[in-house]
Amino acid sequence: MNPLERVGARTNAFFEYAGGLTQLLGSSIGFLFRARIRIGEAISQAYLLGYQSLPITLLTSLFTGMVIALESAVNAVQYGLGNIVGGAVAYTSARELGPMLTGIVVAGRAGSAIAAEIGSMVVTDQVEALRSMGIEPARYLVVPRLLALVVMLPLLTIFADVISIIGGAWVAKIFAHIGYSDFMQSARTTISMGDVEKGLIKTVVFAAIIALVGSFQGLRTRGGAAGVGKSTTGAVVVSMMLIFISNFALSVLLYGSSG
Amino acid sequence: MAERIIARLDSVSLRFGDRLVLQNCSLPIVEGAITCIVGLSGAGKSTVLRLLDGLVRPQEGHVYVRDVDVCHTKERELNKIRRSISLSFQFAALLDSLTLEQNVSLPLVENTNMRRSEIRQKVSEALDAVGLTFANTNLPAELSGGMLKRAGFARAVVTQPDLILYDEPTTGLDPISVHLITKTIMRLRERSNGTAVVTSHDLPAIYMMADYMAMLFEGVIIAYGTTEEIRQSQNPIVQQFLAGDEVGPIPI
Ligand SMILES: Nc1ncnc2c1ncn2[C@@H]1O[C@H](COP(=O)(O)OP(=O)(O)OP(=O)(O)O)[C@@H](O)[C@H]1O
Ligand SMILES: [Mg+2]
Repeated sequence: MNPLERVGARTNAFFEYAGGLTQLLGSSIGFLFRARIRIGEAISQAYLLGYQSLPITLLTSLFTGMVIALESAVNAVQYGLGNIVGGAVAYTSARELGPMLTGIVVAGRAGSAIAAEIGSMVVTDQVEALRSMGIEPARYLVVPRLLALVVMLPLLTIFADVISIIGGAWVAKIFAHIGYSDFMQSARTTISMGDVEKGLIKTVVFAAIIALVGSFQGLRTRGGAAGVGKSTTGAVVVSMMLIFISNFALSVLLYGSSG
Repeated sequence: MAERIIARLDSVSLRFGDRLVLQNCSLPIVEGAITCIVGLSGAGKSTVLRLLDGLVRPQEGHVYVRDVDVCHTKERELNKIRRSISLSFQFAALLDSLTLEQNVSLPLVENTNMRRSEIRQKVSEALDAVGLTFANTNLPAELSGGMLKRAGFARAVVTQPDLILYDEPTTGLDPISVHLITKTIMRLRERSNGTAVVTSHDLPAIYMMADYMAMLFEGVIIAYGTTEEIRQSQNPIVQQFLAGDEVGPIPI
């Protein structure tokens, strides 16, 4: 293959991937709207993919909140600006880091699990068996996972936001002697409910990315156990990339003019 | 009696990548009869069954099921057609998150409005027929290969479709299970004039149940006819295959 052909093939593959993903999104939304949902399965996926991601989400955001407080508190106090530390932590958590870190952590944990499970179903003919029974894999496998994550990721993010503020307050107190009430006062005046809501809107998009990319990677698995491994890695890489990109796009869209 | 054709391959050629797996294959499936497909490992038998279920699409040719060209039908329409066809997979392909009983009841739960009690009744009949009533709360990972295979068979017959595709239904089973399954395939034909396509290497079982036979060799259907015709075929490849001879035109 000459370089030009290679570029052509890559471009083709990219559009095929994007097309396939869009198609999966379309058919999943179709099933959601026609209310053809396996509620029981969605609940058990919410437990597996969402609830079980809670510890690692909390851990990640706790330490992130703590480190932001540490960096800002020490400097701020030097300049006599101790009263903005709570705001700094709350602002970055609610608007950016809470949603994104939760998305990334869940992409690593749940996205890979989705791809691995569906991928191994493909290589053992289970997905083909579903199709042979006239059961759409998108409805049977993808929709419950999509629904589960779209509900659970915002909830996880709320917990993440809260715990990072708590962690931040604690560190601010220890290292910069900023009182809890000052910290909270600052947090409360800096962020509005709108900031939190916009952060949560982001997570709905991230959830859809994680569930759809994981499922899509799983469904296009070929070639036995090695193929499952590849799909799983691919799911994590692609969904993280899309999360970063869409996070930026959403920040522009949601905060762009109002600041 | 004029025989009716319920499904057929029409000049089908199929490639996986660069590999030509089927080459200009035509095969009629007679309604109410049992058609057995034989051939060496890798000849493309499973692929023929997948084609008949619309699970793979050929590069050339057509596959008709009740006059519908399944190669040019949208997946959503195909799903309706597939509900009247069953495929019993070579390696069972049970869903490993469901118990054996849930697996067998899956097509009824998903595709019909049957009452729970009715479903339970049908599932236990289907499991009975393959001698599997005792293990029905087990997950597939807890069962032996032969048990899985029989459960896969039960899942295919539980909906009583008018076209059932069995991919090596008896391979790797004990003699009693082989007998139960052969008997079930034949009984389903008697009872509901159901059509069956069976791939198998088990010649005695084939001679017992097959009305028609087809032989696949290197991607080509080299012989098709009634079981008698095939058994008396003058084709040296067919003769060698059926006799299990080492010497002959088939390269080993
Ligand atoms: N998904 C696939 N991708 C690539 N090649 C495939 C695929 N499925 C089947 N093949 C190839 O097609 C050929 C026919 O396979 P098939 O499974 O139909 O054989 P078979 O006659 O059922 O064999 P067996 O008796 O061992 O079950 C094989 O050579 C196989 O390598
Ligand atoms: Mg096979």
